[in-house]
Amino acid sequence: MSDRLPGFSTLAVHAGAQPDPTTGARATPIYQTTSFVFNDADHAASLFGLQAFGNIYTRIGNPTNAVLEERVAALEGGTAALAVASGHAAQVVVLQQLMQPGDEFIAARKLYGGSINQFTHAFKSFGWNVIWADPDDIASFERAVTPRTKAIFIESIANPAGSITDIEAISTVARKAGVPLIVDNTLASPYLIRPIDHGADIVVHSLTKFLGGHGNSLGGIIVDAGTFDWSTGGKYPMLSEPRPEYHGIRLQETFGNFAFAIACRVLGLRDLGPALSPFNAFMILTGIETLPLRMQKHCDNAKAVAEFLAGHPAVASVSYAGLPSDKYNRLARKYAPKGAGAVFTFSLKGGYDAGVNLVSKLQLFSHLANVGDTRSLVIHPASTTHSQLDDAAKVKSGAGPDVVRLSIGIEDKEDLIADLEQALGA
Amino acid sequence: MNHDAYPDNYIRSILNSVKSIAMVGASPVNVRPSYFAFKYLAQRGYDMIPINPGHVGKELLGKPFVASLADVGRPVDMIDIFRNSSHIMPVVEEALTLDPLPKVIWMQLGARDDAAAAKAEAVGIKVVMNRCPKIEYGRLSSEISWMGVNSRTLSSKRAPAPTQGMRLSLNRMSVGGGETAASDRAAKNKTEQS
Repeated sequence: MSDRLPGFSTLAVHAGAQPDPTTGARATPIYQTTSFVFNDADHAASLFGLQAFGNIYTRIGNPTNAVLEERVAALEGGTAALAVASGHAAQVVVLQQLMQPGDEFIAARKLYGGSINQFTHAFKSFGWNVIWADPDDIASFERAVTPRTKAIFIESIANPAGSITDIEAISTVARKAGVPLIVDNTLASPYLIRPIDHGADIVVHSLTKFLGGHGNSLGGIIVDAGTFDWSTGGKYPMLSEPRPEYHGIRLQETFGNFAFAIACRVLGLRDLGPALSPFNAFMILTGIETLPLRMQKHCDNAKAVAEFLAGHPAVASVSYAGLPSDKYNRLARKYAPKGAGAVFTFSLKGGYDAGVNLVSKLQLFSHLANVGDTRSLVIHPASTTHSQLDDAAKVKSGAGPDVVRLSIGIEDKEDLIADLEQALGA
Repeated sequence: MNHDAYPDNYIRSILNSVKSIAMVGASPVNVRPSYFAFKYLAQRGYDMIPINPGHVGKELLGKPFVASLADVGRPVDMIDIFRNSSHIMPVVEEALTLDPLPKVIWMQLGARDDAAAAKAEAVGIKVVMNRCPKIEYGRLSSEISWMGVNSRTLSSKRAPAPTQGMRLSLNRMSVGGGETAASDRAAKNKTEQS
């Protein structure tokens, strides 16, 4: 056996998958079952005690989901992954392993509006306190660190304006503070950015977006980089201390550099319950096979559309990091040289009313609250995804009242530009 | 050998060639990692020998406990050390008095002693540190993939359905895009700090 090293596209098709042992089926089968028989009582006890490899119950693991998990772990360069029901579920499960009531985590202010809500309201009710920092001001993260800080959370390409975060600079802050850096890599996908290569300790995704890619299946995933030492100072007892629910096993001691993914599975998913349907896992796996092809087309189309909008008289400004004039272009060239993603915003000289008028006139773009679909999408964040924020927070997160967000699909770019042109024209 | 990042072929050649494994620090307590690593390796067909002076006279899964490596009384291919880093050197020194010498000395997950490794390598013994043979066997055979672990291998052949006592093929293609260079780097940094 030679240690020949296949590339990203090969992994996107093959990683984690192997012809089925029983039937020889080449596509990954949908193991639509709740549970799996044990060989005997000893086998059952070994599985429940985390001592043997194997399946128990789909809320803990499922063979279809396992293929998805290994594939995304391979694409991100992590040691292991755990698939869950949605990106939001991934965030709850990750923080449940890290936070005790009264603890803090620092989050970039520029995030998906749903994450801002989850952190501000739901997590607050668990006693997990979010401290906001400005991703354009690295020192604001340093200033936010306290003895109760347990993690730092950022997006690689930030919703809604597609701004690029300086992952390496923030990972330095995290390392100094002795806390893991969690990166939501949804808008980049590992095809554009692999946050682990830049210092991330944990990567999360909404699989619903570019990884699945077809707007048909919800899912989320957590990738363990295997880089963080959970044993120091008793700061992360879920990983370092004996777990009473597993006869006193210490997860880091037992599972080494994939202990965090195991904690998410056997303490998070098992007890909180947001399991991913194997059918959704199958749909997302099929999507991932074409991720490199789709992602490049998404980016090429997005750049062409952004250039068109930047030259249009009705447009006040375009925020797309792929444009040479954009304030994030330097970071885009460093972190995402293949393309700056396909989600970005622009603002209209006519303000809020012009935005509403544009959305109503578009014929190819769909007006809906999602991104990362094969289809091109449009939304007015101030009245939808970011509507629960107050006006100042809307502006700070890049979702002011005059802002329109696009998610560019893989149609012919000429048709997308023509649709925008007719809608902007009259 | 670079002990920060082992090539898959190095680990693969060890697990494919050794037959007998003496486990120093094997525990009869069935929730200790040494117990279930011992059990797994026995199920995968290795000739396992439990070494623990505190349990002589008892058995571990039908194998009698032995007090020390010198008391095994027959050649062993590999010594798997389930002790903390600070207790590695005496075990390696004892291993170096055996005749014939073992082919491999393996230190468990979390255990690393570079000076002891250098002594063993100087006499031609292969050394692995800070790894678990159960995890590595499960990874290279992809049996571990059920729990979402990145096996860093690929295969287009029909997977076997593992049964008790069955040896699994470890000869899958290793992958580069899925390398865990980041975790190897972190482990190295941790070792340098401590």
